Amino acid sequence: MLSVLLRAIAALALGTSLAGCAGGGAALRGTGDLGVVIERADGAVLVVENSTRSILGRIDGLGDLSHAHAVFSRDGRYAYVFGRDGGLSKLDLLTRRVAARVMQAGNSIGGAISQDGRLVVAQNYDPGGIKVFDAGSLELLADIPATHGDGTLRSKVVGLADAPGNRFVFALYDAGEIWIADLSQPRSPRITRFPGAGRQPYDGLVTPDGRHYLAGLFGEDGIAALDLWQPQPQLRRILSGYGRGEQRLPVFKMPHLRGWAVAGRRAYLPAVGRHEVLVVDTETWQEVGRIPVKGQPVFVMARPDGRQVWINFALPDNGWVQVFDTLGGKIVASLQPGRAVLHMEFTARGDEVWMSARDDDRVVIYDTAHLARVGEIAARSPSGIFFASRAARIGF
Amino acid sequence: MDYRIGRFRVLAAVLAGMVSCAAAPAALAAPDDERGRSLVRLVRQDCGACHGMLLTGGLGPALSPDALRDRPREALVATVLGGRPGTPMPPWRGLLTEDEAGWIVDRLQAGFPER
Ligand code: HEC
Repeated sequence: MLSVLLRAIAALALGTSLAGCAGGGAALRGTGDLGVVIERADGAVLVVENSTRSILGRIDGLGDLSHAHAVFSRDGRYAYVFGRDGGLSKLDLLTRRVAARVMQAGNSIGGAISQDGRLVVAQNYDPGGIKVFDAGSLELLADIPATHGDGTLRSKVVGLADAPGNRFVFALYDAGEIWIADLSQPRSPRITRFPGAGRQPYDGLVTPDGRHYLAGLFGEDGIAALDLWQPQPQLRRILSGYGRGEQRLPVFKMPHLRGWAVAGRRAYLPAVGRHEVLVVDTETWQEVGRIPVKGQPVFVMARPDGRQVWINFALPDNGWVQVFDTLGGKIVASLQPGRAVLHMEFTARGDEVWMSARDDDRVVIYDTAHLARVGEIAARSPSGIFFASRAARIGF
Repeated sequence: MDYRIGRFRVLAAVLAGMVSCAAAPAALAAPDDERGRSLVRLVRQDCGACHGMLLTGGLGPALSPDALRDRPREALVATVLGGRPGTPMPPWRGLLTEDEAGWIVDRLQAGFPER
């Protein structure tokens, strides 16, 4: 009798504390249907739900979120948001609260999470390098300066990607190098340097299988590649001189490689300063085609099943989005979802795509099967959109 | 050749798009309020992609008054219009008139408006 009573009291206490955690008595729930939208001008993040196409809450006070990027804890509950001003915030999607926050650099450009989910790594412009944090507490575990030249110079770091084996790969913009940091012992990182990767790497990516790291070059036409499956990876150059020596257009916005497109055995990559998407065979790394598009591509992203590739553009074509059908081999739609389309994110299984129309202050939602607009949500100057399904994907 | 076609495309798109909200054509000595606001937005948002929305730096250097105050105005205007070949800084001629570039540089040197 007494024990029943005690159990009842315990259950009641647990119930109230859970309700307290869920911010105002919300029911128990998972996060697989949730995501975040960055409101870049306000230093705020919206927590959104895919199925209801709604905003669950807003988390403010996160500093300068221009060019902010987010990764997710393995359980999909926490989003780690990397701000331009060096702020790293761990957000709880369920309670819509800041679980932890550190200022870790003067100028930061994004981050990644390790394969085992224990390490969060920030890539920084200033001071140039990467920093490794405990994913639970955000305690600093390692500080790896991107030194070059005589050892006193520090380079901006770009293109950070997580790779199998708790490794992280990144590129040094000012030094033209790629580094692999093996963080299997987080407090004593092992660095392998690859000098001579090419001039001004601007971003990088790892293929969905975790095998290949590619760094796009701004200072020359080509891409530097590493095969991470090899015990001793060798630097390779692919797509050399894809511009055929022709003068390129002025580039008003750097293309992004992360969240790139692999569909079947083909990869679709933005050509720098050209109105083209390059198609590459991922077995041979030879160019197998080019797709003429409306403007200079910024994001080239495959729907999760690889059937479609969606492309957005730099100024002045940033009001357009084009859809390439990988089966038919042609552009099947040229859409105008809004003004200044900065980013696109597919739902986990690709039925919908959410696109931020920065200058219209909204996120526009399209059905990808019918290429029809099915909804929108209001957001102030939205930029990056990140869904919790990224938690399970390498390179995201 | 490629490049010139690109420039005309850019110009045409700008006239059709960005300036459509402005009350007057782009070539004004002192941009009116509308154009002024859209220039502020352009600097914060689009220059901000490389220089940071708060202009504290990114891939490109900080464009704060501290960084630019003592720099020759004409050289900065030339950089904005002509870009810096060999670096990601693109030439904005075609998207911005000389007057507009001057207007932006003056404000960068003095302290750039929020909105
Ligand atoms: C695609 C990236 C990019 C964009 C967009 C961009 N810049 Fe730059 N900018 C740079 C880089 C990189 C440099 C540094 C060039 C160098 O190394 O000399 C630079 C340099 C400058 C400088 C010279 C600063 C100095 O200290 O010498 C000025 C002024 C400037 N930019 C203004 C602008 C303005 C105004 C805009 C928007 C109308 C703009 N930039 C857009 C990348 C960019």
